[in-house]
Amino acid sequence: MTRLAASRLLLAVGGLGTAVLLLLAFGGLPDLGDVPHPYADRAVQAALGHDTANVVSSVNFDQRAFDTLGEEFVMLAAAVSAVLLLRRFHDEEQDAHDLGYGPRDVWSAAHLVGFALLAPTILVGLYVVAHGAVSPGGGFQGGAVLATGLHLAYLAGDYSILRRVRPLAVFDMAEAIGAAGFVLLGISALFVGDPFLANWLPTGTLGDLASAGMVELFNVAVGMEVASALVLLLAKFLDQALVVRRDTDESP
Amino acid sequence: MSDLFGVLPYAVAAWILLVGCYGIATSRSFIHVVVCLSLVQSSTYLLLLMVGWSRDATAPVFGDVDPGVPVVDPVVQALTLTDIVVGGAVTALLLSLTIQLAKRQGSIDPDRIRSLEEELEE
Repeated sequence: MTRLAASRLLLAVGGLGTAVLLLLAFGGLPDLGDVPHPYADRAVQAALGHDTANVVSSVNFDQRAFDTLGEEFVMLAAAVSAVLLLRRFHDEEQDAHDLGYGPRDVWSAAHLVGFALLAPTILVGLYVVAHGAVSPGGGFQGGAVLATGLHLAYLAGDYSILRRVRPLAVFDMAEAIGAAGFVLLGISALFVGDPFLANWLPTGTLGDLASAGMVELFNVAVGMEVASALVLLLAKFLDQALVVRRDTDESP
Repeated sequence: MSDLFGVLPYAVAAWILLVGCYGIATSRSFIHVVVCLSLVQSSTYLLLLMVGWSRDATAPVFGDVDPGVPVVDPVVQALTLTDIVVGGAVTALLLSLTIQLAKRQGSIDPDRIRSLEEELEE
């Protein structure tokens, strides 16, 4: 038996076994939709107690903010290591003609729509971050909208335009400020005698933009971090695709 | 489990998981592996959201609905959000490892790459 056939056989046996075990396990799960959710009921009560309309945000940034702190640093660590792996090495150099790179063969309609949507998309991103406590959304989602919205400048224009709207040093700093801001906001609770990451600010009225106390501030810190991390990552990937050339590029 | 609808979403999650595993095991390119890994991870999103779903309930956001209206489980939704964010970051990390692999070894076929020892012996 060849190595390939052996691995295929192993895959088939393992896959079938896993499928059977999964189906058996799912058969023991309670009926879909009719289960009592004790944690959900308590999470909703706790969120309403802090006047946070978006219960998911309340869970993430109030009830289990400590987990979100860990998650934020998982994201920071992954982003930093990816940026480290994608740096320019000593046998690579920057392409001299880098300014011309970009999607040149874009329809003019796409140019127009891309540039027209650039500002509204950034605005939507800011809106989603700012309303994280009162409507669906928050720092994670809004940060993703902000970072990807900025890249409309690349899709509709070219690389040099993207470089001008995206000063990397600023995003470097913003990522650090976002990550550190989350921790500092958590520490701020200690000064008023509350536990780390506690929601100590006045919570306002349910549904108001300025409600939910610390949840909103945590959302802003996370939005800043996520947006900058994504911008830096995409910048490094674009650099690899468009700018970095190896010295020995002639021999593929 | 009484009706088909009760079991179907779980079966779909299991199907996505297994299809992703099949893709990883038979893959000839690390980029394909990374995409399949994202697929495997998305089966957990489906499973989590299904566990939290309840009949006649709305989204757990009280911006427009009155407190007291039944809502689906916000805890699993928060977990899914966490899952997606970490998944995105890990995907970026894996893709950057793939780029390094392509540069150092000239191939991203899992069956063709050499281990570090083999590379040192050359």
